[in-house]
Amino acid sequence: MIKFVNICKEYKAGVTALYNINTEIDKGEFVFLVGSSGAGKSTLIKLLLKEEGITSGKMFLNNKDITWVPNRRIPYIRRQIGVVFQDFRLLPNKTIYENVAFAMEIVGAHPKEIRRRVPMILSMVDLSRKAGSYPDQLSGGEQQRVSIARAIVNNPPVLIADEPTGNLDPDTAGEIMRVLQDINNRGTTILMATHAKDIVNSMKKRVIALEGGRLVRDEEKGGYSVEIPNI
Amino acid sequence: MGAASITSISAVLLILGVVLILVLSINNVVLDTKVKFDEIEVFLEDDLESTVLDNIEDKVKGQTGVISIMFRSKDQALALMKEEWGDEAYLLEGLDTNPLPDSYVVKVNDIEFAENLVNTIKTLDGVEEVKYYKDIIDKLLIFAGYIRFGGIVIIGILVFISVFIISNTIKITVSSRRREINIMKYVGATNGYIRGPFIIEGILFGIIGAALSIGLVYFGYDYFYSSMNEKLYNLFTFYLVSPESIFSDIAIMFGTIGAGIGALGSLVSLKRFLNV
Repeated sequence: MIKFVNICKEYKAGVTALYNINTEIDKGEFVFLVGSSGAGKSTLIKLLLKEEGITSGKMFLNNKDITWVPNRRIPYIRRQIGVVFQDFRLLPNKTIYENVAFAMEIVGAHPKEIRRRVPMILSMVDLSRKAGSYPDQLSGGEQQRVSIARAIVNNPPVLIADEPTGNLDPDTAGEIMRVLQDINNRGTTILMATHAKDIVNSMKKRVIALEGGRLVRDEEKGGYSVEIPNI
Repeated sequence: MGAASITSISAVLLILGVVLILVLSINNVVLDTKVKFDEIEVFLEDDLESTVLDNIEDKVKGQTGVISIMFRSKDQALALMKEEWGDEAYLLEGLDTNPLPDSYVVKVNDIEFAENLVNTIKTLDGVEEVKYYKDIIDKLLIFAGYIRFGGIVIIGILVFISVFIISNTIKITVSSRRREINIMKYVGATNGYIRGPFIIEGILFGIIGAALSIGLVYFGYDYFYSSMNEKLYNLFTFYLVSPESIFSDIAIMFGTIGAGIGALGSLVSLKRFLNV
């Protein structure tokens, strides 16, 4: 589903953010991307979202070479990738329903399809009752569930979550992880960048670790760090 | 916010309107002058033989662009002068002899292109001097050219300024919706989808500004024109373009330019925000 071949990213100032990244994520996988701040996690995600260009190497999405994509094609790449951020990024003056519907309007979905699909997705993240509320009336966990709903409403094959639990307490974080697991169970490939040691250790998923821009570990059912987690 | 944009577009178009009316009116003057001063005066040496006169007449008639040629004797010329001087004609009474020469009056198609003809006539035997009004026409044309050039420069500067003002106005709107645009980009909105509403907003500003200035130019000029007509008994308005004749041209021109400036202003302001 996602494939990086010898990816290097160098910024103009001569700073190298990624060295020779080689990895492949299959359809339906749930992968944690771990590493300390500055290890290159965000850079890798930015490359995948075509926010930044690649210095060298090749990148594939759904078997299509997306290393070089003309600017006007970028929106169509992004429609195949749902994104969830640490800070939710909801529109404060739109209701929950509108925040989710908005993502469908942008891609030109039929109003009838929007009216059918938005309630369905909201019930999937257990927010049907909050459809008419505004983001600031919701708790952090609820807001993050709205942003997940928005990310998956167009049914993208891949979901990228950049520290989705970073602003949440452990219980709420667990709730978010159940939603993500649920989405993954329905076949969506998930790549989640995180610092949350407990979550990574408890979920026993594939872990890709970056350190100083290098891929240092790629482990099935791995833990957050190489050390065996506390028993 | 929109008020600044609308005002600046209106101001640009208002000045464009004034320049336009000036240029059109000067063109009228030039055209009219061309028709009025379509004569070349060929002054002759004294006491020429009739064969020489016939020769001049034949040669001139043979030139292209010549409509007619008429002989004017020195006596006729003096009588004409007396007539033209009117009340001051008594000044001519004191003359012992008639100082005016015999002449030919040559009517031509277009005085602007009479230079060759004049040069040919000058070389003919018996011709002392050739006078025509090319100088006046030339000066008028140069003057009209200056007005046109000045107008274009002023309008160019003003268009630039108003694009700048509009782009700043819209930049503020865009900036306040930055978050929304950013989210739209991540969800996969095309640039066209994001730009659309802002461009429509810019065009709307432009059209409102244009409507205002069309009203101002038309009614303002109409007022000026009719008051000039009353006071000066159309001595002056004769050369002015009539307000009715320019209304539709101004409406179309201003509408297009206003909408164009608006759209351009929006595009300029959005460029920076779309690079996500």
